[in-house]
Amino acid sequence: MDIKKRNEAYNKYVQAKIPKTKAWPSLFYSFLVGGIICCIGQGINDLILLWFPNMAEQTAWAYTLIVLIFIASFLTGIGVYDKIGKFAGGGSIVPITGFSNSITSPAIEFKHEGIIYGICVKMFTIAGPVIVVGIVSSIVVGLIYLII
Amino acid sequence: MYYLWVFLIGGFICMLGQVLIIYTNITSARILVTFVLIGVLLQAFNIFDPISEFAKAGINVPIIGFGASLAKGAMSAVAAKGLLGAFTGGLEATAGGIAAAVLFAFIFALIFKSKTKN
Amino acid sequence: MYTNQTVIFKNKPVIIGSYSIVGPKEGKGNFGPYFNYVMKDDCFGEKTYEKAEKKMLESAIVGAMEDAKIQAKDVNLLLAGDLLNQIISSSYAARNFDFAFLGLFGACSTMAESMAVGASLVDAREFDTVICSTGSHFSTAERQFRFPLELGNQRPPTSQWTVTGAGACVISQEGKGPRITMATFGKVIDYGVSDVNNMGAAMAGAAMDTMLAHFRDTKTTPDDYDLIVTGDLGKLGSEILVDLMEDQGFKLGLNYNDCGQMYYTRNQNTLCGGSGCGCSATVFNSFIMKKLRDGEYRRVLFMPTGALMSTTAAQQGESIPGVCHALVLESDVGESDEKKKISANIKQPKQKQSNGSGKPVKNQNSAQKKNKSTK
Repeated sequence: MDIKKRNEAYNKYVQAKIPKTKAWPSLFYSFLVGGIICCIGQGINDLILLWFPNMAEQTAWAYTLIVLIFIASFLTGIGVYDKIGKFAGGGSIVPITGFSNSITSPAIEFKHEGIIYGICVKMFTIAGPVIVVGIVSSIVVGLIYLII
Repeated sequence: MYYLWVFLIGGFICMLGQVLIIYTNITSARILVTFVLIGVLLQAFNIFDPISEFAKAGINVPIIGFGASLAKGAMSAVAAKGLLGAFTGGLEATAGGIAAAVLFAFIFALIFKSKTKN
Repeated sequence: MYTNQTVIFKNKPVIIGSYSIVGPKEGKGNFGPYFNYVMKDDCFGEKTYEKAEKKMLESAIVGAMEDAKIQAKDVNLLLAGDLLNQIISSSYAARNFDFAFLGLFGACSTMAESMAVGASLVDAREFDTVICSTGSHFSTAERQFRFPLELGNQRPPTSQWTVTGAGACVISQEGKGPRITMATFGKVIDYGVSDVNNMGAAMAGAAMDTMLAHFRDTKTTPDDYDLIVTGDLGKLGSEILVDLMEDQGFKLGLNYNDCGQMYYTRNQNTLCGGSGCGCSATVFNSFIMKKLRDGEYRRVLFMPTGALMSTTAAQQGESIPGVCHALVLESDVGESDEKKKISANIKQPKQKQSNGSGKPVKNQNSAQKKNKSTK
């Protein structure tokens, strides 16, 4: 019997058999939570600009992101962020808070393997690719910009 | 009322992430990478700033903003310093975010313990 | 191609003791009242989840010895395995016991693997008494195979929940308890499923292969068993198995079920159900053992399934091979009672479902027994 053919037919059958969940509720929740996180970010930014009116816009954004990263990291630590993520999905992954969560969660998870080999090594297991891809692509963009 | 724009655009971007999750089954690391790349491209083609004008946090808070500032940093550093700028610019512009994420992760990892799920 | 995969035991080894220990979430599940011990928290007083898993295995082994009313010096061999790399939970648990140790890895099928090997050794009169044990822990499996616990991601609809729990049983030559009469050793079967979140589909092929081999080798049909139970195929996987078996001409009726599918209640958000070594191990050593001891089930086909995957292989694009071993367990409750029950239940209205395969019902007794329990 042709195994490749059998496997293809089986995979096709399995795909058809997989329970279809309704996409709309999760899309709605991700929209809602994502929107709310962005609004919180905007609120923080407005407050910073209110208190320090002379601050440059770019600097204010940097502070805003740091505050958001802090909040997400803290929520991850106390075990709340994964519960938000469970129903928000993309809504809590795509904002910068998701980046913070993806750095903090492995760090906490592997603390028992020690500070160096646990926390420090495993910290970037999920977020590492983001930083690598980000840096490489920014250098590429910079080089192209230089040539043009 | 620009908060409405922030909410709508921010929500829409996050919903795109959820669409990717549902229909392609990709993991969160790949989603983050995808959106960082989108941000870099938006900035490289100078589309990011016009959107940022009215979307504000709606596009700066999603990781797209992180990608955009990487690219923006590299571009402006190239203008100022030449070749070296291509290497230093991106990280310089995003150093605050990365450093904060690393610091807080380190501190909270020392304090907290992972809790099991129910 | 005909290969004989089934061992039919001449001396019929006896399971003289069993013990199950589970986590708090499992304690709230469908089998809650049957477990010997429900932990109050998953850490079990230990610092890490790995240590908790090791301690669960230790207490399961000790509990099974107590249940069998034997001392450590009576035990010849420990057969154990788990899901972690280098099966650390089992081997680290074994260092606290003064018996020989054989570490086994059959992923989630380890319970059947250890029992089949153990029963073969005991049946051959090589050993007097062996202990078979296995366990798994949600948090250790999650960090090894998936993501950190605190990462805010969603579980795909086909994913299953690794059971926190351990089970152990004592197999001996003599004693009182259910007997192991046959064991079918399964082949590694790969149907080319590469989605690590869809283990049920990856293992269903192996379950089908072993089941067919078993029916072929022993000339039995699904109706000969009061209960046919697979390990952790989950909702999706067990539906697939029913379909696959139907294609092969066997109809799995109401006497078929899956431990993973039954394990949790609907509100526990486990999507496709339970999985892991602990899934079949705890269900077998609590619920199924009790029913066999009470004589409520006379003949059970117990076939845990295992997905032999690793994260490295999965990242290199390999598909997931599955394996499944089957065991036949027979209750020892008085044969004379059995005859009485047959005569009492002589008029049988419900034979449709069992005749659906077009195969004659060989064993009247099992069909009648089923009816009795539904009354």
